[in-house]
Amino acid sequence: MRIRSTHNMSRRSLLRGAVAGSAVTVSLPFLDCMLNDSGTAMAAGAPLPVRFGTWFWGLGHTPGHGVEEKPATSPGINFLGEPAALNRHKDVINFLGKFNMPLDGRSNYPHESGWIASRTGSAPDKDKEIPATTFDLLIADKIGNKNRLKTIDISCTNNPNDSYSARGTYTRTAAEISPTTLYMRLFGSDFVDPNKADFTPDPRVIVRQSVLSAVKEERQQFMKQIGAADRAQLDEYFTSIREIENQLEVQLQKPAPNEACHIIPPPEVSDLVGGTAGVEIAQVQSTHETFARMLAMAVACNQTSVFNVTFSNSGSSLRKAGESLTHHSLSHEERVDPELGLQPQTSWFNTRSMDSLATFIDVFASIREGDGTLLDNTLLIAGSETGDAENPFY
Amino acid sequence: MNVSTFSPPKLSLLTIIGVSAICLSACGPSEPITEGPPPDVRRLTEDQYKNIISDVFGASIIVGGRFDTPVRTEGLQAVGARNATVTAAALSQYDEMARSISEQVMSEPSRQFLVPCAMPGQVAFDESCTTQFISKTGRLLFRRPLTDDETSARTDVVRETTQRLGSFKEGLSSGLASLLVSPQFLFIADVVEDDPDNPGTSRLNAFSKATRLSFFLWNRSPDNTLLQAAETGDLHSEDGLEGQVERMMASPLLKAGVRSFFSDLLEFSEFDFLEKDSLIYPAFGAGAVRDAQEQTLRTITDHVVTKDKDYRDLFTTRDTFMTSTLGMVYRVQVKARPGTWEPYQFAPDDPRIGIQGHLSFLALNSHPGRSSPTLRGKAIRNMLLCQQVPDPPPDVDFSGFNDPNSPSKTAKERLTAHSTSPACAGCHRITDPIGLALEKFDGAGQFRQTENGAPIDTSGDLDGIDYADSKGLGLALRDNPATTKCLINRLYAYGSGNSMSSRSEWMTYLEDRFTADGYRITSLMKRISTSNTFYAVSAPDMSGETIETAANNAAID
Repeated sequence: MRIRSTHNMSRRSLLRGAVAGSAVTVSLPFLDCMLNDSGTAMAAGAPLPVRFGTWFWGLGHTPGHGVEEKPATSPGINFLGEPAALNRHKDVINFLGKFNMPLDGRSNYPHESGWIASRTGSAPDKDKEIPATTFDLLIADKIGNKNRLKTIDISCTNNPNDSYSARGTYTRTAAEISPTTLYMRLFGSDFVDPNKADFTPDPRVIVRQSVLSAVKEERQQFMKQIGAADRAQLDEYFTSIREIENQLEVQLQKPAPNEACHIIPPPEVSDLVGGTAGVEIAQVQSTHETFARMLAMAVACNQTSVFNVTFSNSGSSLRKAGESLTHHSLSHEERVDPELGLQPQTSWFNTRSMDSLATFIDVFASIREGDGTLLDNTLLIAGSETGDAENPFY
Repeated sequence: MNVSTFSPPKLSLLTIIGVSAICLSACGPSEPITEGPPPDVRRLTEDQYKNIISDVFGASIIVGGRFDTPVRTEGLQAVGARNATVTAAALSQYDEMARSISEQVMSEPSRQFLVPCAMPGQVAFDESCTTQFISKTGRLLFRRPLTDDETSARTDVVRETTQRLGSFKEGLSSGLASLLVSPQFLFIADVVEDDPDNPGTSRLNAFSKATRLSFFLWNRSPDNTLLQAAETGDLHSEDGLEGQVERMMASPLLKAGVRSFFSDLLEFSEFDFLEKDSLIYPAFGAGAVRDAQEQTLRTITDHVVTKDKDYRDLFTTRDTFMTSTLGMVYRVQVKARPGTWEPYQFAPDDPRIGIQGHLSFLALNSHPGRSSPTLRGKAIRNMLLCQQVPDPPPDVDFSGFNDPNSPSKTAKERLTAHSTSPACAGCHRITDPIGLALEKFDGAGQFRQTENGAPIDTSGDLDGIDYADSKGLGLALRDNPATTKCLINRLYAYGSGNSMSSRSEWMTYLEDRFTADGYRITSLMKRISTSNTFYAVSAPDMSGETIETAANNAAID
């Protein structure tokens, strides 16, 4: 695999690579050169991935402590201190960095502009603005309609608002924070085991279709009541109705069998209660691993083809038990150790984040699917909002 | 529905409105004439959704599920709801909630109470029962009577489900679910009609007027009495409106409405994600999180509703309520048994004063392991004074802030680095002096005399008023003109969904009246809810459908 660290890259290139890329990609996905001439398969002829996911963590890594920089033509990748755990997967990873998001005269909103620009292609013009659809949803629109759940969004921070998937400012997806709730959504009463020999369409699904149909039939009457300015707001609602109908239609078909699919037991972890330990790093890592195993099996069982994982929020509120300063505060206030050339405590959090990313990849790589693994059929983009927390966004 | 095109108000209309305003406010100047904004669509907030379910089906119904991320506009989620829509993920959640609620409603013994016509074990479809149930329930959920088509569509759902599943109970459950996922329930859409008293102009129809009033005063749907006033047209008369406002303000639900407003204003939704390090603040557990919010909301409603006192005194009051759980954090003696509340008054020499001295404010606007003068100062500027503090610049060098070799021991000494940096000084000078006055309260809101062994200097100033400590800050906040202006601004925006920015005469009028009324919120709420401006609306732009809408039609057809 390659390191490309010295050239600026447009979002267009990124998306062309992302949609048509393959294997696991950390930070950013494959480039056109990794595909065949028509962009329909890998250059070596392997099929394109059929699953897509994002993995987000806050505050990036310490510059100079991510990867060993090499000339663009040099093969191989060597992860340094903070992401060292990724070395066990380096053969399936592309690392792309040093991105520059032009603000085009717009204000820079620290810890916001970075993720918004990299996921939508446009920096926000005002605070909290999300100017376009994030790329995960564009991809879900293409490949997510054949599954029961178009996307699955999870946050390991106990805060559903820590989500980086949206169709716009007012349509930001709320992430699932409870492993128990997610388990019930995935493997509860609506789940159909794809490996069961017999299949009978659930009449309750047909009933749900008629429930939504009654709502949909009132669309024109409702639209007549409201002004032009509000119709787009309601259009989104009716588009959502159609998406749910598509999902119900999927549930009426016999799911394709997949030997990789094995129903897992419910999580043993108890759900967090507000005011406890939502962003304490050990808790976050534990929640993340539980979610990772559940999510991998959801993908293997074809419950979804697209997922978004938030390990820590933009600006990272992660903290260590008993410490008064959070990861975010440390990144701003901790002194750089002149011998190490980094902020030791801040770097510790960066390292734990990358440890968890490696764990996430481990889980997908551990599931056999066909001649390879679930990982082989999944494109994962992991990214952060900044490459240098001390100087957010730059 | 008959929707007219917009034309500027005519002289005769202005005269009528002016006379009407004089009648509504017998004392003082009359309400200025204000042109209304176009009608709006707002998504129900999570609280509103839950209130409605509780009111219609009973408090025992559990509403599970996740609501889409709310957006705060002009300091309020209620205003942000104007632009909120429903994503596919959110609709999936609404769908699950609808099915869960419907199943609970149809379970014993709820069904006997709510659906008296359905017999246990009944397998046959009953059209009369269905129509009765759908009409009665739908009226409360849609905040108006259902049209024949709407009732018929749900009746068909009930019939089809009953036949498919062999259970009339399941059929009714599906019919109810269909009401609960409808945009007519999930969105509050202003509906306008020609104003028969003022040809060529528009007004909210009676049901939209009732809805706006009810969500403003109670944060819930109109009750049966208010819907009846809308159905008879009584709500369009001056006496009819005043009568309903009087009735609703005398209801215990007014407190719930006031709580909702202040919960939104003070951003209490953030409590869902608040965490404190249990090693640093062992007394501040989940119980304290719960009781801290309740303490402040009880204090507010007791002060401004029960005792009908001056709003400004909320920032200097020493009266509050306490539980044994809170007593452990405040380190005061509480006689009340666990889980119960008792009135409490902080001593005259106690540095705690006003709701800004409560745990809720202090803990919410701090970090998990330490206090934050900047966050607290910013919160007071944003929430209570309606002054937007800009975000920090992106290229700040923080290295001097927490230099372990520095002799700085207190936040004030450390923040000096910010106030001397040109890039930081602009904002920190307007936030830090406020927050530093509260520095004798740590990140969980507990009192402390020192920080890292050094005495804490709480002196500062608010907009030119110097003070020595938190008591002085409370007084300065109480007497700041921006404090009352901000409340008026937010309260009007909360109820109407509209900004005050282009209504300077209306703002001035309300300010004058609020002052004359002794800064009593109940008077302000009554004045707003009986005004013309609160319900004023211009005709919507009903021009052709958008491209997206046309595409949707094509896809659906």
